[in-house]
Amino acid sequence: MPEILLREALKRGLEEALESDPRVFMMGEDIGEYGGAYAVTDGFLKKFGPERIKDTPISEQAFLGAGIGAAAAGLRPIVEFMSISFTLVAFDQIVNMAANLRYMSGGQISVPMVIRAPTGAGVQLGATHSQSFETWLAEVPGMKVVCPSNPYDALGLMRSAIKDNNPVLVAEPALLYGAKGEVPDEYYEIEIGKADVTREGSDITLVSYGYGMRPVNDAADKLASRGVSAEVLDLRSLSPVDMDAIVASVQKTNRVVVVDNARRRGGVMAEIAADLQERASEWLDGPVMRVGSIDVPWPYNRGLEREVLVDADNVLTAVADGYGL
Amino acid sequence: MASSTKSNSKTAKSSKNGKKSGTAGLDESVVTSKVDHLELFRQMFLIRQFEIACGENYSKGLIRGFLHLYIGQEATGVGAISTLREDDYVVSHYRDHGHALARGLDVNRSMAELFGRATGTSKGKGGSMHLFDAAKGFMGGHAIVAGQLPLAAGLALAQQYNKTDALTICFFGDGSTNQGIYHETMNLAAVWKLPVLFFLENNMYGMGSSIERVRAGGIDFYPGMATYGIPAAEVDGMDVLAVKEATEIAVERIRDGEGPQFIEAKTFRFSGHSLADGQKYRGQDEVKEWEERDPVATFPAQLIKRGLVTSDQIDEIKTEVNEAVAKAVEFAEQSPDPDLPEIYNDVLA
Ligand SMILES: Cc1ncc(C[n+]2csc(CCOP(=O)(O)OP(=O)(O)O)c2C)c(N)n1
Ligand SMILES: [Mg+2]
Repeated sequence: MPEILLREALKRGLEEALESDPRVFMMGEDIGEYGGAYAVTDGFLKKFGPERIKDTPISEQAFLGAGIGAAAAGLRPIVEFMSISFTLVAFDQIVNMAANLRYMSGGQISVPMVIRAPTGAGVQLGATHSQSFETWLAEVPGMKVVCPSNPYDALGLMRSAIKDNNPVLVAEPALLYGAKGEVPDEYYEIEIGKADVTREGSDITLVSYGYGMRPVNDAADKLASRGVSAEVLDLRSLSPVDMDAIVASVQKTNRVVVVDNARRRGGVMAEIAADLQERASEWLDGPVMRVGSIDVPWPYNRGLEREVLVDADNVLTAVADGYGL
Repeated sequence: MASSTKSNSKTAKSSKNGKKSGTAGLDESVVTSKVDHLELFRQMFLIRQFEIACGENYSKGLIRGFLHLYIGQEATGVGAISTLREDDYVVSHYRDHGHALARGLDVNRSMAELFGRATGTSKGKGGSMHLFDAAKGFMGGHAIVAGQLPLAAGLALAQQYNKTDALTICFFGDGSTNQGIYHETMNLAAVWKLPVLFFLENNMYGMGSSIERVRAGGIDFYPGMATYGIPAAEVDGMDVLAVKEATEIAVERIRDGEGPQFIEAKTFRFSGHSLADGQKYRGQDEVKEWEERDPVATFPAQLIKRGLVTSDQIDEIKTEVNEAVAKAVEFAEQSPDPDLPEIYNDVLA
């Protein structure tokens, strides 16, 4: 199978949609002439023209809101944010409008819109540019949230997100744009709301998503070298979240560590841990262990930032603390 | 305040061209000859009676939540919406009953929505501030102040993208101009030349805040639109024909591809901001002064005086409307509450 970068996988998904569906268009800051802050849309302006590749003013509320209106009128906008931290200035539009419109109109109006945003820390951008607010939006009814950890998933999830008739946030781990992975030429989609068991095991379940899969996979390797067989789940989708898959795995391994690349408090994993203690306590040999980045604003200094970010050692410590493995 | 309004009462000005749009109102035979006066009156009277019935049923506890009445502002919504086509979109804020009814929403289902009933426009899940009828191009009913502005821009963007000459009209209040999103949307619409008509209903107050207390630039908003290069006109919002004429001019420009237009109607709500408002912030003299210009009273009186309609015709409409509103209340009251499983419907498509 050919190997491509995650950035290229996203690009392929977007390009296909622009080619096959005239209702699809893109908006965002510097996605056209400049080529996109992370070069995902490089070359699109030339190929699809300014009517479909719209450079916007630095007005996140207005262009995200305009995406909602265009979607309500039957188009299929794809709106890019330069950083998921900048979605905060448009949160009113995302939550009060995009996610609520269908419900408060009694099902009359849908918002088939994709919101793309780079997420996560790791490249020394400091507190305002390193956050992971997919965790906040995963709580909001009326929308979906996905986050790929590799190029294969990035393409499959992007295809599904664009076809979906709801607002879908595609959180793109900024540290993974340059990650390589195998992507087949044959068409496939990845269903939103289904987790992926990326590694089968029998002793302990490790759950994460997005960039968090890196420390989890490293930890699983280290555990394997010690004879501990870890089962690894990649959520792929944070809303809806595939609790059934997590519970099924826990029933098999009787041990679980959930790992959030975002801050530990209030993240998606906090929710999963709470659900697990309700649904799987009788299967568990120990506490639901939860790992996340340290609960401070993201520091700039490289050493400090690395320390705040979850790594494989944090995961292994949780495995040891919770289950003595 | 009222005096400055009066001085502009019969003129729709364009700040861009400096061109006067001509005198509107009943003195203008060109305007009066082609206008369905009785229909304009019927709509204004319907809104008035609907709102009065809403107030009564709020007092009875049959309507709950926040209820914002449109009483006093009927001429703006009716005059403006009467110029539109079926394929245009209408976007409103939480004071939306008037716009909804002027757009032709079913009176029964609108009232039922306020009662929270299953037969309501949103099956009882939206309420007074969130009326919708997508089939009629009525795209809400939005209750975050100024939040509806980019929605309107986006609907207009779709109309432009699809290469139609349809347009979107967006109603908002003076208070919403102090939101950041207001600036963002005006600029975006102007940069992209979107077919959107921004229609400001300046009723002199945002809740309990008079414009002077919250805006540094005085009570006129239309001159500020020069910043965005958006042509802007001011109109007397108590004169339904003046509103209609000013809107027609703006609509024509938009259909001709001239991009967004802005109209500021000076108007007044006769009752409180919502039914929860004791109106401690304003004197009743001011209210009385505006009430003397009540369009629901002055318009038919002028029509009769001019011999354009008879008082019998007016009375006939009144009877018909009163019956329709009474029927709507009855319909709402007799409609069932939504079933509990309805909670889970319409979250996702
Ligand atoms: C973002 C936001 N802030 C505050 C409110 C509460 N609120 C509702 S209406 C209103 C006044 C708005 O006044 P204006 O825009 O002039 O419209 P009017 O009510 O006069 O028609 C306020 C403060 C709100 N709904 N949304
Ligand atoms: Mg006001």
